[in-house]
Amino acid sequence: MKKQLLLGDEAIALGALHAGLSGVYAYPGTPSTEITEFIQSNALAKERGVHSRWSTNEKTAMEAALGMSFMGKRALVCMKHVGMNVCADPFVNSGMTGVNGGVVVLVADDPSMHSSQDEQDSRFYGKFAMVPTFEPSNQQEAYDMMAAAFEYSEKQCLPVLMRVTTRMAHSRAVVEVADEPRKENELNYNAVAANWVLLPANARKRNDVVTVQQKQLEEDAANSPYNIYIEGQDNSLGIIASGIGFNYVNECFTNGSPYPILKISQYPLPKKLVRRMLSECKQVFIVEEGQPFIEDMVRGVSESENIKGKLDGTLPRTGELTPDAVKQALSHLSTFNFELSTGFAPSENVVPRPPALCQGCGHRDVYAALNEVLKEYENPRVFGDIGCYTLGFLPPFRAIHSCVDMGASITMAKGAADAGQWPAVAVIGDSTFTHSGMTGLLDAINENANITVIISDNLTTGMTGGQDSAGTNKFEAICRGLGLSDEHLKVVVPLPKNMPEITQIIRDEINYKGTSVIIPRRECMQTLQRHLKQKKAQEGQK
Amino acid sequence: MKTDIILCGVGGQGILSIATIIGEAAMNENLYIKQAEVHGMSQRGGDVQSNLRISSKPIASDLIAKGGADVIISMEPMEALRYLPYLNKEGWIITSKTPFVNIPNYPEMSVIEADLKKLPHVISIDIEQMAKDNGVPRSANVILLGAAQKALGIEYEKLEDAIRRVFGRKGEAIVEANIKALALGREAQ
Repeated sequence: MKKQLLLGDEAIALGALHAGLSGVYAYPGTPSTEITEFIQSNALAKERGVHSRWSTNEKTAMEAALGMSFMGKRALVCMKHVGMNVCADPFVNSGMTGVNGGVVVLVADDPSMHSSQDEQDSRFYGKFAMVPTFEPSNQQEAYDMMAAAFEYSEKQCLPVLMRVTTRMAHSRAVVEVADEPRKENELNYNAVAANWVLLPANARKRNDVVTVQQKQLEEDAANSPYNIYIEGQDNSLGIIASGIGFNYVNECFTNGSPYPILKISQYPLPKKLVRRMLSECKQVFIVEEGQPFIEDMVRGVSESENIKGKLDGTLPRTGELTPDAVKQALSHLSTFNFELSTGFAPSENVVPRPPALCQGCGHRDVYAALNEVLKEYENPRVFGDIGCYTLGFLPPFRAIHSCVDMGASITMAKGAADAGQWPAVAVIGDSTFTHSGMTGLLDAINENANITVIISDNLTTGMTGGQDSAGTNKFEAICRGLGLSDEHLKVVVPLPKNMPEITQIIRDEINYKGTSVIIPRRECMQTLQRHLKQKKAQEGQK
Repeated sequence: MKTDIILCGVGGQGILSIATIIGEAAMNENLYIKQAEVHGMSQRGGDVQSNLRISSKPIASDLIAKGGADVIISMEPMEALRYLPYLNKEGWIITSKTPFVNIPNYPEMSVIEADLKKLPHVISIDIEQMAKDNGVPRSANVILLGAAQKALGIEYEKLEDAIRRVFGRKGEAIVEANIKALALGREAQ
């Protein structure tokens, strides 16, 4: 065994590689990005030729992973929680087809929305797709569980969902890792077409099989080494804890908990273990990060006052769990009087420092030009999208009026134009455009909707740290291919000195009654600095 | 031993490399480590922090509870104050003196300095100037680490060794610059 200091994401990546991974498929998204990046730069992965190039979006990623599984090999799909919505179609249906080679779908939820637009809890996806779900509490478990998840996926012929949250993904700890990685699976032809062709007649059969299988999955969860009933001598309280919540409970009881603790790390919920706790303990306290997923099942329709958690306000309903929130709740529920906050009072002179677009960023010039032109119109509306440029909502620009999901800028602008709005402008980044904007642009072009689309191309996936963008050098060709005429496809370089040209083009295209696309193109400041550094280093070596 | 540390600053100031050096030193001592970082959107010029916990016993929580931090190491003076509710009453603040002004309503420096003066254990140094004056302009963050050495409870030589291992790949010149920076920080304690 070797010891390594690893981020949760890195432990997951290494665990997958050591479990004989043949391909990772992913679209960047905080807090999941580092999993794929780790595999991209890992020596073993390079030696083995493990697939690790970024996918265009989470749906294409999930489907490619299914293809690899179909041929018998092990595949990992990674995404942030909202990416799960994009790949929901193949994910839910992979619960019907089942798998051949093991498939693990890794989803990183972002409670407190550090870098996201909602707090959805991915465990619900596992439940409604009837797919077994794993939830590690620490980096070691994340590493170990990856091998267990691939094995279980192949044993049950089902994909496995692994759910982590921001603190798990972005926290480092020392992990003991295997000396010898497992071999990759050989390609095989064991996949049965009748399982994979989801014609209604086939799918009905599969639905019956998978539904019956649920009983076995629950039995396995009850016997899983990851679901542990830790005995305690004081039954006045029992604690059910999952994921990072388990750590916060343990932080309170440094000398061991006097109360029984049921640690849940594998679903379907092992009802047998929960029933034991409910029958033996007077009160049950449920500590889970995210939405009250376990709690809702445990509570059911009962109005028992002895079940404590998020639904009765014992823990905050929204936001990340914190050691303080758990400590406070346990002080209230138990005979322990934990010392609460002994720190200093906050200083009144500290002001917020929100994130901002980098100095010199091309998005800044795009918004400056857009604002300049839109002043001339009565009620302009700008539909934004997901990326660094969403910061255009904040001062000094205050330039966008919406940001909903990947790609919604174009389609919402179209809907607004359909409703009679003019000017209706969409602002979308290059990577977001190929992720989910292209199909919407086709809708707009097919009706020649009266919208102006700005694809702000910085040649990278910027917000997540500068990953390759799937459409680089192809945007004009994509727009033409979708049917846009050259006359209304304009490319500019977003720099202050080009302001007169850019503003005139924006004005002309807004005034044109139909769909037009303007592509301001200039490299992201972050990747530019990185590239200059690399170049300097290379020259230094010569 | 057990030291709970909050590292903070503004996105891009290099707090994660301080964390890497401390983590490397701690791992080499067979200590337990947990280090929670923030990635993503907030890195773009916003406030960033990292919770770093090292201990001779296993560590449960990835985050430090309020009043639990022994040390705040900050690359920016106002950012040091942002985490006061996390600092225990005997805790130390080791901070850079130089404000990073990227917001219109940044308070007067005299106000920030007065707030820092009210606290019992503060080391506030002009690491940027020191780094420039001593020919190690890119190692200001390591000066700060040197100044935190006693508060961290890690032997000076162990930090030096960790720097050699962390920066070894980048060549001898970079290793030496960082070791010089660490020594400058030690003298400022």
